[in-house]
Amino acid sequence: MGMSIGPRQELLLPVRPGFLWFTLLVALIANLLPWDGVWTWLKPDFVALALLFWIVREPRLIGFGVAFALGLAMDVAQASLFGQHALAYTVVALGATLLRRRLRMFSTDKHILQILPILLTAQAVILLVRLAGGAAFPGWTWFVSPFTGALLWPLVWIVLLAPQRPRIDPEHPI
Amino acid sequence: MEHAQQPFFNRGPTPFARFLLFSLVALMLIVADSRFRYLTHVQQVVAVVLYPLQRVALAPAALLDRMSGFFATQAQLTGRNNTLEQQNLINAAALLRLEALELENARLRGLLDTRASHSQAAVHAEILYSHRDPFTRRVIISKGMSDNIGQGQPVVDAAGLVGQVTRVYPWASQVTLITDKDMTVPVQVMRSGVRGVLFGVGSDGTLELRFMPFSADIQTGDKLVTSGIDGTYPAGLPVATVQEVERNAAFMFARISAQPAAGVNRYRQVLVLTASAPHPENPGFEEPAPQRKRGRKGG
Repeated sequence: MGMSIGPRQELLLPVRPGFLWFTLLVALIANLLPWDGVWTWLKPDFVALALLFWIVREPRLIGFGVAFALGLAMDVAQASLFGQHALAYTVVALGATLLRRRLRMFSTDKHILQILPILLTAQAVILLVRLAGGAAFPGWTWFVSPFTGALLWPLVWIVLLAPQRPRIDPEHPI
Repeated sequence: MEHAQQPFFNRGPTPFARFLLFSLVALMLIVADSRFRYLTHVQQVVAVVLYPLQRVALAPAALLDRMSGFFATQAQLTGRNNTLEQQNLINAAALLRLEALELENARLRGLLDTRASHSQAAVHAEILYSHRDPFTRRVIISKGMSDNIGQGQPVVDAAGLVGQVTRVYPWASQVTLITDKDMTVPVQVMRSGVRGVLFGVGSDGTLELRFMPFSADIQTGDKLVTSGIDGTYPAGLPVATVQEVERNAAFMFARISAQPAAGVNRYRQVLVLTASAPHPENPGFEEPAPQRKRGRKGG
């Protein structure tokens, strides 16, 4: 009645670690799909989104080390500079760690504006590293994918949290 | 399953300390990779682990390809067959001439006692994906160390030079396209024989022939082929067509832009030339040999 600040609190089942690793793997494969045309810059970074979600939700299971390792995998797969994604995902891990408690106060649509700076910073870090290495500026489309990622966040939240929602038996509600 | 307890007190290093540690390691990797290229072995290990994942990721696209092939119409196939047969006829004629010329060339080279130009061994490969990294023009192809592919080998398609193998993984390799910002190809104008160096500019479909004097004999429409003086690319591969020549007195050199001949980002099938002719050592770095062992022929 106007007094409650946070979102509607839910009782959730504990996470299955297997599901966590499985979704990270799926995110990596999604990033490795042969995206073509406009999708190359429109597509969100699925690994960054999954990392953000799981570090916010389960900081005891995954953290900086996993983010770093996934970054190295991305670098080899993309044939980019070795270490650039590792650095970017480390930034994502820091952002997730700092925002962890705060995000619990808001509903998922209000998360969008809070995670956008994290994704933008990660993207900017890659840009800076490459520019320092003498690459040419790839155009402003470079900064589109963080926006797509942030807009997808509520969906990510629903999908990745789905297995933890308790199935309520209509015969025995309690 | 047990409910994981949220940590009440932070344990271990603070997030900032962890962040500093990992970002320092990442920066070290970046420097080591971009400046010294130390990390080839680490990358190969990661590539081996990633290989099955990449295959999985590529499977849907491959399936789609096969399905669209299945539904190709009879008319399409017949038409394509006709064109290919015609092409084959033209090629056969050219091939006959080539054989004669090769024989003649071999005889002439024998007469001149020069190094015989080796015939090229080639490995067919498929482009797995392209343009992931918007900063560079690179593609990953489906053949690697297991198929005798080595660093520096030229990659061509039916129309001309595509690029160069820059990194080799066990079952895949990375090809830097000639349109990449850091790529240069020594070329020669087919018509006039003028030599120059072709630079990639980092965008598709454009190359630049830099440092050419105003007086250089180059026109719009000239064909550029590899000159072969670098020892990386065999001579005579089509590289590009000159698109625009701008001779402006305000600049020191003529500005010449060219369009790549190969379908650098259109085709999926490429050839890697695995056995290029051994290049003689640069005489500038050679230690002065006291005596020449090689006897002169026919003194």
